[in-house]
Amino acid sequence: MWTARARESWQKNLPIEKLIPDTQPAYVVSWIYVFGVLTIAALSVIIISGLALAFAGPAWYHTSDFGHWVNSLHFWSVQLFFAFMVIHLWGKFWMAAWRGGRIKTWISGAVVFVLSIATGFTGYLIQTNFDSQWIAYEAKDGFNSAGIGAFFNVTNLGQMLLLHVAFLPAVLGLLTLIHVLMVRKRGVVPPIDANSSNTEASR
Amino acid sequence: MSKNLSPKEVFDAKPWTGKLRSYDIIKEGTIAVVVVALLVVSLSFLFGSPDEKSLTFKGWAESNSDNFYATAVQELAGTSGTATYGRPYNEGSDGLNVGPLFLQKWAGVTHRIDAANNFVIEPLMNQVQTPEVKAALTQWSQASVDARTKWATTYDDAITKAEGKLSAIPAGEYGPVPALANGLTQMAKAGSLDAALLSQGGFFQTDSTKQILFFGDGAYLDDAGTAANLQGGTWGMMNETGRYPGQAWLWLYSFWYQIPPFTNEESHPIGANADVYIMVIMGAMSLGLILIPVIPGVRSLPMRIPIHRGIWRSYYQSEGIKRRRK
Repeated sequence: MWTARARESWQKNLPIEKLIPDTQPAYVVSWIYVFGVLTIAALSVIIISGLALAFAGPAWYHTSDFGHWVNSLHFWSVQLFFAFMVIHLWGKFWMAAWRGGRIKTWISGAVVFVLSIATGFTGYLIQTNFDSQWIAYEAKDGFNSAGIGAFFNVTNLGQMLLLHVAFLPAVLGLLTLIHVLMVRKRGVVPPIDANSSNTEASR
Repeated sequence: MSKNLSPKEVFDAKPWTGKLRSYDIIKEGTIAVVVVALLVVSLSFLFGSPDEKSLTFKGWAESNSDNFYATAVQELAGTSGTATYGRPYNEGSDGLNVGPLFLQKWAGVTHRIDAANNFVIEPLMNQVQTPEVKAALTQWSQASVDARTKWATTYDDAITKAEGKLSAIPAGEYGPVPALANGLTQMAKAGSLDAALLSQGGFFQTDSTKQILFFGDGAYLDDAGTAANLQGGTWGMMNETGRYPGQAWLWLYSFWYQIPPFTNEESHPIGANADVYIMVIMGAMSLGLILIPVIPGVRSLPMRIPIHRGIWRSYYQSEGIKRRRK
């Protein structure tokens, strides 16, 4: 039965010691390692503040002081999210973190980065203010020129709103989860030129 | 382990058996969420967030009545940006191209916009009008396409010749066009054009394409963008209104719009087709970022430039591992 095989595969690849470990390699001490978890922390603040904004509707924050504050939370969590993610990305590049069969981990992370830009962009389009009017008008030319505008119409508020609050966060959340599970499965990449006696490969 | 992996790859893939340290991933995650939440709350209280009120057709018609009027004439004449745009709105032009590829044409017209009808005639017909505008609408609807085009383009040319000063336009064979443009301007000033374009004859409406495109055909939106330092040629793509950080992560996309040949709209083939060339470049670069691990030269940069010596400094010191020599 495929369900039994799925359970066995999960147990084999992601036992609790890997999923929620109580130790990790001693080389994981640099501050650069903090930015991965900070990115996820910022994403969680984005989702919570975004849910509050979605609950009250896209124009709520124009007329409510509390709504404007929630919008500020969303705005700054997005700024921090990108700052943390870019540092995380550069850090992983200089670690060559795709080594040791971790290519899919890199690819999933890079796709999350590109998808985050699309998600952030749709957020700017649904502000229902001057900024979104301007961005929609200017951005349409790029998408139209490549034929993408026929399906992804940046001047269509309804389409951008649904993409931003439903489709893109769902895909982004799923890919982020897959990315994290891949990290847990493979473990943190060892240092470049690490001592060969430090892994099971030497045995 | 795959047989295709090099010994080094096999080593990097194997579980770590060297020194360990204690780790609490749940505690780490909790602390991170608390720290980021506190940081976000502090920033929100300190700086707030931008929210520049949206522009309206009423505001446009009141602040620059002549420009609104002239834009309405362009929509009737078929000379506006929207009327001559091409796909996905109409067949007004072939659009941009990369060499022989006209990507813009591939999907055809998916959001059809008839500028004269959608922006001028229909909004006028859906409202109660003065006898003069009513007569003009009747004359327009009963005229041939050629007659409409002649009236509107003649009037559009006259406005251009008068440099937009309506009072300087000589009398001519303009048919119902002045009355229609004036009727639409009065509608906009009264605030009813915003509602007419928003509803588009229906009750529910979530597509703002027509309003945005009509807006962009005139000078009002463009002037506001310039005043807010949002033009593409001045890094506007990554700017935000006011003194707030914008989409800084679009810096590379924005960068191309600052350098030749992309800055010169007259230069062929690249400058004149800058939008599509930059889309292709950024698409390729995004793909390149995703595929870095398999791109020769790029994937070995981290090994050649020893930034990793700083990241894992304590490990290298404790193990006595010296920097690799070429």
